[in-house]
Formats: sequence, structure tokens, C-alpha cells
Amino acid sequence: MSSDNIEKAYSKENRELCLSGKGVTKVFGFGNRKTLAVDNVDFEFYTGDLISIVGESGSGKTTLIKMLLGLTSVTDGKIFFMGKERDIRTRQKKKEYWKGIQAIFQDPFSSYNIFNKIDSVLLDCIHMRGGRRLKKKEKIEMMREACSFVNLKFDEMTNKYPFELSGGQMQRLMIARIFLLRPKILLADEPTSMIDACSRATILDMLLKLRDEIGMMIIFITHDMGLAYYVSDTVYIMEKGKFVEYGSADEVVLNPKAEYTKQLLNDVPKIHDPWEFSRNRREVTAPD
Amino acid sequence: MKNHIRQVLRSGKFMTGFIIIMLILLLVAVYPLLNPGNPLEMIGYNSFVKPGVYFSLYDSLDMESRHVYRFRLEGADELRIYNKFGTEDRIAVKEWLVRYGEREGVPGLTEEEIDVDDRYQLLDLWWEHYDPTLRLGMTIAASRVYQRLDARVAGIFNLEDYNVYTIWNEELEEYEVHQTTVVNDDYVNVNDIANRIWLPLGTENFGRDVMKQLVHAIRTSLMIGLVAGTIATAIGLLLGLVAGYVGGIVDDIIMFFTNLFTVIPGIVLLILISYSIGQEQRGAMTVAVVIGLTSWIWTARSVRSQVMSLRSRDHVNLSKLSGHSMPRIVVRDILPYVASYVVMAFVLQVSSGILAEAGLSMLGLGPKTTDVPTLGLMMNWAMRYTAHLMGAWWAYYPVVGVIALISFSLNLMNTGLDQVFNPQLREG
Ligand SMILES: Nc1ncnc2c1ncn2[C@@H]1O[C@H](COP(=O)(O)OP(=O)(O)OP(=O)(O)O)[C@@H](O)[C@H]1O
Ligand SMILES: [Mg+2]
Repeated sequence: MSSDNIEKAYSKENRELCLSGKGVTKVFGFGNRKTLAVDNVDFEFYTGDLISIVGESGSGKTTLIKMLLGLTSVTDGKIFFMGKERDIRTRQKKKEYWKGIQAIFQDPFSSYNIFNKIDSVLLDCIHMRGGRRLKKKEKIEMMREACSFVNLKFDEMTNKYPFELSGGQMQRLMIARIFLLRPKILLADEPTSMIDACSRATILDMLLKLRDEIGMMIIFITHDMGLAYYVSDTVYIMEKGKFVEYGSADEVVLNPKAEYTKQLLNDVPKIHDPWEFSRNRREVTAPD
Repeated sequence: MKNHIRQVLRSGKFMTGFIIIMLILLLVAVYPLLNPGNPLEMIGYNSFVKPGVYFSLYDSLDMESRHVYRFRLEGADELRIYNKFGTEDRIAVKEWLVRYGEREGVPGLTEEEIDVDDRYQLLDLWWEHYDPTLRLGMTIAASRVYQRLDARVAGIFNLEDYNVYTIWNEELEEYEVHQTTVVNDDYVNVNDIANRIWLPLGTENFGRDVMKQLVHAIRTSLMIGLVAGTIATAIGLLLGLVAGYVGGIVDDIIMFFTNLFTVIPGIVLLILISYSIGQEQRGAMTVAVVIGLTSWIWTARSVRSQVMSLRSRDHVNLSKLSGHSMPRIVVRDILPYVASYVVMAFVLQVSSGILAEAGLSMLGLGPKTTDVPTLGLMMNWAMRYTAHLMGAWWAYYPVVGVIALISFSLNLMNTGLDQVFNPQLREG
């Protein structure tokens, strides 16, 4: 797939190119233990968009995210950030890059350093945004604001260790972190996969609210087609390290072209049917 | 973290080991204060003097100042016989009676008829049967042995003969002979005797106080263990962290050396290095450093593998995304996770450092012998001067016991730590 095709397939007037890649490839290992995790992909992501990348487990979603973040090296290909080829060769440049691009990871339980109090996570963000010299009171005020944005009470959170929080609370705190950092791009790697359905909806709502508030682009990784359809403007379908289909959410979901997409869509009702069923039943049996 | 410390303090195993080590340290701290002096000073003219309190015989014969009291105590003679007619002598008496007891007019005795523990029967039989003038087909040497035995048996009651003592006369430069009479009922008060020495563990082959030596040896060996353990843990931790976190070519180079060291057994390396340093240059600290330098391999390997799995954890990624520098990430986000392992490895390294010193010294490659005693050196001396053949158990059992006790309690501490840290880390 070339960038010409993308242009034709999806109009993008009035929108700024934010993050794009050409021939991005990642190979793990070498010799006969070689894994082609991401296979020569091209993409163009635009400011303010909410993009979903859908694919089953092991299709290379996390690997792509890590490359976009600059946490793993890119085996081949180029990544462009705000129109220019990104340069993250020194620590200073990386630091600058990470002011613009941030992430929420898959597993909240391994996203925290269990030896540090959670305040330090939020303080790091304030310091990164140049707030190192602020008064302690002002810092606390900022943290309080961030916590209340994700419906957490700062006074209940402060001085606690991560293992004293629930998975949902941890992930919400991660959103509070993004709230403080205000990056241009947020890469959310299945932020709800480890969390129960109830907190899942809350977290999604918060992400959407955050997008409206600070107008950032979100790349939302998921293996749930239904969820992708629900939240995103643009959907990329990933299979075995390749983008097999992309387009606006309606286009991809209502009129799938690739075999793999159809297969993914087939899986969706299987998840939603029982839910539908139980909802109906609840309506019937409800006492009042 | 606080929670962990509390749990460690509640762990029975850890506390048992800890208390034993603390008691040993207390002994090491207090004993030299009560009993100061050089542990390598040769105080005895004899080797392998058995444990006990020794009084100056000369001082107890001090008749001039009239410190002699007279008691008539019941059973005094019995006790005397009991004490002075030793097991070896009794066995020799029995042997003679069985082998040579039968002569014309005198019926022989069988083994069953004689009870070695019945001292009176033995004495009666001996006086009845023994005749020093008879050779009975023995070699001269053998008959001399029995003559001496006869003299000893007779001596049990002949206390009145100890009546001569001498005083060194400065002017004449010779011993002056003094005459006095000491009888069965004479006693002296122990507190009146000017010179006495308590040797809780006797002396060893050079006539040195084993207890004093042991206390100093424990201190030196613990120091050797601590220094060796610190060096080994520090090197292992540093190399493990760097290899595991930096990866790539740095990892390859470090692992090349680690593998090289893994292939050569540590003890061989230790022996070669110790040998090449030479006896006179090997102080206790040199040995400790050599042990430390040869035993970091396993710490490095396991720290490396732990760090490798930690470095791809999301909290490390998040720390990077927060703009932290590599040293800070290593110290704040990696080190705490391996800290508990490192503490446990350190405890084991101390223990194996002590054992390594003991092993080296047994081979004669330990610290030089003129400086300070170590547990290994004490073992070496006991072995070389055949303490076990002399029946001098006090020269080696306490040392073996202390080595076992130290490594037992350190291992116990390690197990206790392991139980506290491991399930927690996975959970947290
Ligand atoms: N560090 C690594 N070393 C070697 N292979 C790796 C590494 N990380 C990922 N892979 C391989 O790359 C492929 C893609 O993995 P990735 O984690 O990107 O999948 P994913 O799409 O995120 O899956 P999931 O939905 O389960 O998170 C997998 O086959 C995986 O085995
Ligand atoms: Mg993943």
C-alpha cells in the first residue's frame, strides 16, 4: 500500500499531517529465529483524528507503537513527525519528541514502579512540562485538577503505592498523566484490555473527553472491532504485521473488503449477542 | 518496602539466623575485652593441653605464707583413685592381667572376670599379681611400660612424697631447694593461688590458647567473608546491570568474560591466583579480595537476566517517556526490583567467602600464618599437626562447629529473605 492510495481512499483537506511512516519494518532476532513483527507498513495519521488499529493478538500492534514512540529501533523504513523525518538520536531530542507523543500501555499493573509513590508519576509530568520550579502548592493544585479530570480524589491517591490501587484506578491515573502532559499524539495500547467492562466504558469516555479538551490525535489499539467502530474516525486493520485495510470507520465496518476484516467482523456479534440478550432479559425481569 | 522489612523481621528463619550471627558477633566483641592479648602468643610449653582451669602448682605449694588448710573429707581417697587411675592405665592393667596373669601357683584371669570400671578390684589384682622382676617373655621396652604403669599406680597414694620445691636464688644463680611436707589432707583456697589460667578450649600444637584464637579467627573470617561478599556482589551487580540494561555489544563483551569464568571452576582460579601471589604477600585482606574477584559470576548472570526482563517492562518505558536519564532509570526503576535478590546473593556470598577461605587455608594457600588466625588456618594447623590422632578434639571440633554454625545461620537468613521477597515481588 502506498501513500497515493491513502490519498485517494481518504480525503483529508484542512488537516495537518501529524505522524506518518513509509516502509516501516521491524524484525526480531536473526537467522531461523527471525520474527517479522511489522512488515513494511505505510501510514498517515492526521491531527485531531482518532485512529483505531485493529488486529488479533501477535499481529504486531504493540511493536508498531513502540517504534512510533522510539522505544525500539526501526529495522527499516522512515517515520515522519509533523511533516519532518523524526530525529531522536540524542537524549535531548528524544525528550523533546516525547513532549509531543505519549502513550498509555496495555497492562496497568506493570506500568508503575511499585517502589515509588504514585505522586511521583504525576510530578514527573509536571517537571517534564517545565514546572520544576513551581511552588509545591501549585504542583499539588495541578495534580488535584488532573485527578479530578479522571474522577479520582487526589487526597485519596496521594502518598499511596501503586499496588494499593485497582486496575481501573491505575489506568485512570495514566490518563491523568496524559492530561498533565498534553501531548499532540497519544498512543493508547489496548488501555482497557485488562479491565472489567464497567471501568472500560469510563476509561473510553475519559479518553474521548481528553481528546475534545486538548485536541490531540489518538491512536487507539484494540482487537475489538466493535469498540473500534464505536470510538474511531479511521480504522486500520492489521494482520501479521501488515495493514490489510484502512479507511473511515463506516467504510471499513459497513463495507469490508479484506477477507481478514470480514473475519474480524464476524467475531463481533459473538461478543455482543449474549450482552444484548442479557440486557433484554433484565428489562423483562426487572421488578419495577 | 517498610512492609517487607516488617515481614523479614517476623520471619522465623531469618530471625533465627540473625540472632545466631548476632550472638557470635557479641562473643567476638566481648571476649577480647575480658581476655586481651595476642592470640598467636605461645603460652604453653606443651602442645594440645586439654581444656580446663590451670593453677600454678608452685603457687599452691607456697607454704611460707601459710595458706594451707587442713580438711578431713570423706571419700577423698576414693575420688583421688577415681581421678588418677585413668582409663588408659586401667585398660593396660587389665591387658597385663589377662595376658601375663597366669603363673605357677597363681590362677589366670579371663577377660570376663575383670571389670575395667571397678578400680578397687583392678588395684587389688594388680598388687596381687604384678611382679616387676619377671620378664614373662616381653621385650625390654614392653616390660618398661609396665614398670612405669606400676609406679603410677603406686603414686596414686604416695602424695607425701611431693615435698620438695625450689626457689631461684638471684645471688648464687642457682635453685635453692626447700623442704616441706604436703599430706593428703592439705588444701589451698583457689583464690589464694596467684597464677592461674582458664583455657576453655585448651591449647593447640604450638601451645596457644584455642579459645582466644577462635574468637580472633571468627572475626577475621567474618571480615574476609564480608569483604569477599561485598566485592563479589558489587562486581556482579554492576556487570549484571550494565550487561542487562545496555545490551548489544557491551552485553556480548561482558558475557564473553562471564562465560570464560564460568568454564574455569572458581576454586581452580582461586588456587592459581593464591599460589602466584606467594605466601608472604597473602594477608587476610588479599585473600578476601582474591575470593571476591573470583566469585561474582553467578550474581552477574542472574542480575543480568533479571534486568533484561525488567528493561522491557512498561514502567521502564514510561520512565523513559517521562524523560528520565539512563542512570536514573537504572537506579530508580531497575535496581529496587533486583535489590532483594542482591541482598540474598550477598548473604550467600559472605557464607561462601568464609568457606572458600577455609578451603584455601586447608590447602595451605590461605593467609600467611604469622599475622592473624582464621578459621581455615586453625583447621589447617589442627590437620597438619594431627590433632585428631592426638585425641585433641578441642583443637578442631569447635572450629568446624563455628564454620558450620556461621554458614548455617547465613543460609537460614537467606531462606528467610527468599520466602519474604519472592511471592511479594510477583504479587506487587
Ligand atoms: N522483544 C521481542 N523479541 C522477539 N519477538 C518479539 C518481541 N516483541 C514482540 N515479538 C514478536 O512480535 C510479534 C508481534 O508482537 P506484538 O507484541 O507487537 O503483538 P500485539 O499485536 O501487540 O499482540 P497483543 O494483542 O497480544 O498485545 C509476536 O509474534 C511476538 O512474538
Ligand atoms: Mg500488544
